[in-house]
Amino acid sequence: MTSSKSGILATIEGGNEAEQGLKPRSELTARELMREVGAVLRMSEAEVAKLGDAPDDPADDQTMIINMGPQHPSTHGVLRLMLELQGETVLRCKPIIGYLHTGMEKTGEALTYMQGGTNVTRMDYVSPLNNELVFSMATEKLLGIENEIPERAVWMRMLLSELNRMSSHLLFLATNGMDLGAVSMMIYGWREREEVLRFFQKVTGLRMNHNFIRPGGVAADLPEGWRDDVLRLLELIPPRLEEYDTLMTGQPIWRDRLQGVGVITAQEAMALGATGPILRSTGVAWDLRREQPYLHYDEVDFDVVIGKYGDAFDRYSIRLNEVRESMRIVRQILDRMPGGDYRIQNKKVTPPPRARINESMEALIHHFKLFTEGFKVPEGEVYVAIESPRGEIGCYIASDGSATPYRMHVRAPSFANIQCLPHMMRGGLIADAVAIISSTDPVLGEVDR
Amino acid sequence: MADSDPSTAFSREQRVVHCTRADYVATVRGLLADTFSMCVDLTAVDYLTYAGDRSLPADVVGERFEVVVNLLSIEKRERARVRVQVPVNDATIATLFDLYPGSEAMEREVYDMFGIVFTDHPDLTRILMPEDWDGFPLRKDYDQGSIPVQFSGDFAAKP
Repeated sequence: MTSSKSGILATIEGGNEAEQGLKPRSELTARELMREVGAVLRMSEAEVAKLGDAPDDPADDQTMIINMGPQHPSTHGVLRLMLELQGETVLRCKPIIGYLHTGMEKTGEALTYMQGGTNVTRMDYVSPLNNELVFSMATEKLLGIENEIPERAVWMRMLLSELNRMSSHLLFLATNGMDLGAVSMMIYGWREREEVLRFFQKVTGLRMNHNFIRPGGVAADLPEGWRDDVLRLLELIPPRLEEYDTLMTGQPIWRDRLQGVGVITAQEAMALGATGPILRSTGVAWDLRREQPYLHYDEVDFDVVIGKYGDAFDRYSIRLNEVRESMRIVRQILDRMPGGDYRIQNKKVTPPPRARINESMEALIHHFKLFTEGFKVPEGEVYVAIESPRGEIGCYIASDGSATPYRMHVRAPSFANIQCLPHMMRGGLIADAVAIISSTDPVLGEVDR
Repeated sequence: MADSDPSTAFSREQRVVHCTRADYVATVRGLLADTFSMCVDLTAVDYLTYAGDRSLPADVVGERFEVVVNLLSIEKRERARVRVQVPVNDATIATLFDLYPGSEAMEREVYDMFGIVFTDHPDLTRILMPEDWDGFPLRKDYDQGSIPVQFSGDFAAKP
């Protein structure tokens, strides 16, 4: 229970009830929502801790500040929410992050462009290939070779990126189900995701953290029989998605838990920098694959799935249907996969083939140089963004002409997306908080980096 | 902001707008009016040990810090990058919070990592590091490597 005479609480006690009271969202201007009367609880942890020592005053307006997380199972890792509650209603909240902060941007400054992939792939560990892709594309843009990547490498990157979108969304469906009490859904989602990861293991050698997409192309060619494996996935998953529809989409309990929960408007989402399914759920058809095409997304046919109400149900159904759209893209990639090189034949960027090292001194020197010093990247700075399953993932690299990035920053979609949580939760029930966190699909690895 | 504007440059075909701290907010407000309705990214670079050519326009004096804001126009499907120089002896810059509320967390991250103070920011506290952490990790004079880990929960060690 809180009773303090300072800061925000003084405002409440000072009779500013009209402003503090919960007005319908339609009556608030955007500015009011964002500033102090809005949704974000702007108190430091020290201030909150002090409130715990304050004596209970029964006459006081009974609001309560509680922590949810960081070890709560529905917080997808280590997200902590400081919630201001009135009874069961959430007034304001503040997402507290940093528990997984390991200084990956600082680490990135010490790794060469060759090694950088191993670092960025661990940020969003649910869609590692998209992280590698954006880092590689930024490096290639600095090198000025972005238009010289062999066709096969480009289509392989698309294939892996779309399969990764599928595996990421399947994991979302699993965790979203589990967070809402559809526990069997968790098993089904993980099961299907594992099928996709098994394909990744065959291609890259690892289920996660692949370091497979590298500046200049990809690390290796597709293995024997890859087409059959992908076709198997494309046969296996659609009937499973039908099962999810039966299990969740049409169920009244599922709909009651999600519809009208965590509503956000297009104006709010754009003001807060939210991208991906959150922005699309508000009806804004913004998908970088369509609007600012990279790789060969302008040559494949797919629909951008959008919602209408901006609620948790829209975000669920967008992701579910994006799995279907990704499969549609994968089918077209299978038809169009060209032959040829899987990495650029530029000796300064690409290591020589293993066989050449035995017979050519030059090749040996290049190999040695590339793996000890790395390759030098011209001076300059670029920002490259692609559509990850969670929204816009961007990579900003400032190069000073050496073999390591001078500064490497990753614009993580989840970092911006979880800033929407206070605005989605405002005026909702504490029980819906779990549904709302789940519907933003945060990956704390990339939030904290 | 027309392309003929002298402050607009291009880096690898990407539009970059240079401005001073004094007209930072006005420049960004101009871009916001010009349909750049989203602030997708706000970060900073510490140019302390940068050896190369920073490719700044002739009228811009390079300072140690540079705040980099990436804006996006959904209507025009365009991006623009604003680069502002911030000197180390007065590492302050105005907040963009009133223009883009989403910049709040990003500015907190820049403060946390570089120690750049955003004036008028509603809640300028550390976001990724513990609240009582010393130093700003992404500065170039902040060493990487074996730093004694500060445990803020170790109450016994504190007087």
